[in-house]
Amino acid sequence: MATSAHPATDLPQAMISTMTPAGAWVIVLPLVLALMGAALLLMTRRSKNYHAGIAILIVGAIIACDGVLLAEVLQNGPVSMTMGKWLPPFGISFTADIFGAGFALTAALVTLLLLVYSQSERTAADGEDGYYALILLLLAGVTGSFLTGDLFNLYVWFEVMLISSFGLIVNGGRAVQLDGALKYGFLNFLATTFFLLSLGLIYGLLGTLNMADIIGAAPHANAAALGGVATLMLLAFGIKAAAFPLNAWLPASYHTPPAAVSALFAGLLTKVGIYALLRVLVVLLPASRDMLEPVLTIIAVLTLIISPLGAIAETNLRRAMGFIVMGGIGVVLAGIAIPSQNGVAGSGMYIVHAMLVMTALYLVAGLVEKVTGQTDSRKMGGVYAANSVVSTLFLLLVLAAAGVPPFLGFWPKLLLLQAGLDAATGTATGMPPDFYGIGIIVALLLNAFFTLIAGTRLWAHIFWRAGAEGETSEHSPVPVEPLSNRNNRLGLWPCVVLVAAIMIAGLAPNYLLDAAQRGAGDLIDPARYIAAVGLAGNSP
Amino acid sequence: MEYMIAALVGLFFVFGIYFLLSRSLIRMLLGVVVLSNGVNLLIFTAGRLMRAIAPIVPDGLDQPETAIANPLPQALILTAIVIGFAMFSFLLVLAYRAYQTLDADNTDNMRVAEPRNGPQPPLSY
Repeated sequence: MATSAHPATDLPQAMISTMTPAGAWVIVLPLVLALMGAALLLMTRRSKNYHAGIAILIVGAIIACDGVLLAEVLQNGPVSMTMGKWLPPFGISFTADIFGAGFALTAALVTLLLLVYSQSERTAADGEDGYYALILLLLAGVTGSFLTGDLFNLYVWFEVMLISSFGLIVNGGRAVQLDGALKYGFLNFLATTFFLLSLGLIYGLLGTLNMADIIGAAPHANAAALGGVATLMLLAFGIKAAAFPLNAWLPASYHTPPAAVSALFAGLLTKVGIYALLRVLVVLLPASRDMLEPVLTIIAVLTLIISPLGAIAETNLRRAMGFIVMGGIGVVLAGIAIPSQNGVAGSGMYIVHAMLVMTALYLVAGLVEKVTGQTDSRKMGGVYAANSVVSTLFLLLVLAAAGVPPFLGFWPKLLLLQAGLDAATGTATGMPPDFYGIGIIVALLLNAFFTLIAGTRLWAHIFWRAGAEGETSEHSPVPVEPLSNRNNRLGLWPCVVLVAAIMIAGLAPNYLLDAAQRGAGDLIDPARYIAAVGLAGNSP
Repeated sequence: MEYMIAALVGLFFVFGIYFLLSRSLIRMLLGVVVLSNGVNLLIFTAGRLMRAIAPIVPDGLDQPETAIANPLPQALILTAIVIGFAMFSFLLVLAYRAYQTLDADNTDNMRVAEPRNGPQPPLSY
């Protein structure tokens, strides 16, 4: 920098002259750790026996950083750090609020359990395929997307996530994986291209890509043009999140890789897409969201109803799970369609719930596939007699996914129903009563009902019935392999821990409910967010 | 000048989407590359098109003397070009590998993950 040539008075306008406070570093540390860890694992490809241990240590350190960050955010409000000494909006900011930090922490916890579970699937024959490095890179992409405060940076993290998920989905190279990867690859690359297009247009319209700055600039721009950009964003994030008309790639690809990888995808990737949609529509462009409200409501209702119907019609176990993942996206969309305090809090809490439950569902599905040696539920049967622990876990997860009361999924759905009721009657909002709220309420209840049908029927087929489909003899059960010791330990424990977390959080939801309500408050009124970035002067 | 480039961006999009609607993987790859370059060109145009004037504010002034092109979109597309190229080369290799393994270039014939005559939903329970 040519600091000597210019008088010092110019600099404070554009440059940060003070040191970054030590506390602010926790916001980039998770990313630094994940990226450096991935590089380390790639450099030491030959000594792959230590890779799992190193990866688990690194993810543990990331969890510690995310935990400190979340505690800091819960106590003192959003935290921000800007790169390269340039003041925002010129420098790229990382900004964490309660939602971002909370999701990052949940994602890291899920990844840690997945790394443990992977041990039961990996064999010596897997070779030096960079599996753990790719998982760390995926976690870096996901964490970056949750913590960034800049739209273009969000695009970059999306691509980091995308390229590492490409690597993971084709890892192994079976024909079915290549087929799934093609559909996954083309449609997701298309989604990020549309995202890039819309952020180019946003820069053209507003002259800034910093999220806090966009909040201030958006009300002064051409509303119709911004509405068009918001629609493009809805298209891009809709593909990434697999909302109803754009969902074709998810059931085509998520069941193809090994169970641990598809569990990671189901837990993290679509949630990042829907979180980005939440952030862009509710926080950045609320006026454009109001314009899109009918569209959002229709998409939410259709996603809520059609996804579990797909799960009912599907016989392949993990493909049916894919449809249940899409149903969860519909629940979050419902909160974006009714962005009241309760609606947004419900959405945020549901994202945490979905990360835990969808991952656990896929992991247990992987165990079921291992026990029966089949992927099609028509050829499974009688697993309850052979392994009652797996069948109990599966049933609990089905109940949790449907949102049956003692589990975590019940509370966000209750918040969303409350939000729908407020919108339908118009009492809390002071707005005239509308039909959108009623539509959302009906769709949410139907979704829970259909998910319950789909899940319990799968449970009855796989675990309860004695033999495969069409079997008339009652004495020829499907061959069921008991899990070997190693699988028992490393495959079962992560599932037990996840289910226990879901049950405990469901029985004592106050802490999460409180955090979600406060996080939603920051999303609806982003004054604290803008102040944390340091742009409080130009809020609308 | 901007209008012409804007029309060109439109043409890129038309061809990109047309190719992407094809069933042949190679045409879809062409569509992807044309579409992503259309987006790059759009961002480039959004930053103003100028003849070579360095975007540097002279000493003693608060703003440049003449209108200059905004350098930030150019930095953005540099990143986007690199990412887009990496993605495209991955998809190219993936398509070739899929052609070898699945023996198909037509996406209608790639039905390993989703069998064409899929099983009917179970009728029990």
